[in-house]
Amino acid sequence: MSSHFEPLAGGGATVRLDEVEVAILRSLAVQLLELIGPGDEPAQGEDPLAALFAEGPSEPPSDPALARLFPEAYADPEAGPPDEELRAASAEFRRFTEKDLRTRKREDALVVVKTLDALAPVGDAGAVLELGSDDCLHWLGALNDLRLTIGTRLDVGEDDESAALYRLPDSDPRKPMVMAYLWLGALQETLVEALMS
Amino acid sequence: MPVEIERPESAEETHVVPEPDVPWVTLVHNDPVNLMSYVTYVFQAYFGYSKDKAHKLMLDVHHKGRAVVSSGSREEMERDVQAMHGYGLWATLTQDRG
Repeated sequence: MSSHFEPLAGGGATVRLDEVEVAILRSLAVQLLELIGPGDEPAQGEDPLAALFAEGPSEPPSDPALARLFPEAYADPEAGPPDEELRAASAEFRRFTEKDLRTRKREDALVVVKTLDALAPVGDAGAVLELGSDDCLHWLGALNDLRLTIGTRLDVGEDDESAALYRLPDSDPRKPMVMAYLWLGALQETLVEALMS
Repeated sequence: MPVEIERPESAEETHVVPEPDVPWVTLVHNDPVNLMSYVTYVFQAYFGYSKDKAHKLMLDVHHKGRAVVSSGSREEMERDVQAMHGYGLWATLTQDRG
């Protein structure tokens, strides 16, 4: 897994992926979609306008990875536990923003799945994924959300704290997840470089 | 002629009311997952900051644990925090009391 993005002339970026890499990326993106949850499509017979104006949740998600993707807006970690006024402000902010945020993250992950599915059959030499400028931004968002999710699951700390995590023996059950985490980091890093070049 | 009603002074009223002209700030907090290059990219892409300014803010986040990335009205800061959450950065807003 040594794949990296390169800038395309005229905007966008390209990466060569082998069969296994395509399968892993697609599977991770699908898992991310499942974690974020379904959209708020109105059920059969329900008023679509009602769904449009429905409010989002006010409580932070209990899952740590989701809580990291959808943080409390008024909870300054250095100021200690928020008082009632700040908790109420966070709750109101969440009611009016979390639905849109979930929609955006879902769209990012969906673009990853769709662009991978549109690839020509992957031969021995791998397939070349070419992304336009807009799809690059969706990929960038999805790669970051995947790393936040996996990083939370692995309990990644600051560089020196995590050194042990990066030197796990092959027998450690976390090893494949750590490998995927580092690989996604390399993909994201080179995609940022391609976008800023 | 309007009658002026005298309000009894209460300790509650004197400190609960926030000063409307005190600006709010958006804080971005350090987290061990987000790439330094990505954080710099977000500051450039969303705020339109120069590469140097974006890089310096990113280093502040990384070394000091957080940085003020924008300031303004509460509504503006809510917009910025929402955008930062969209990019996956850990951001909060607070009233800047100096």
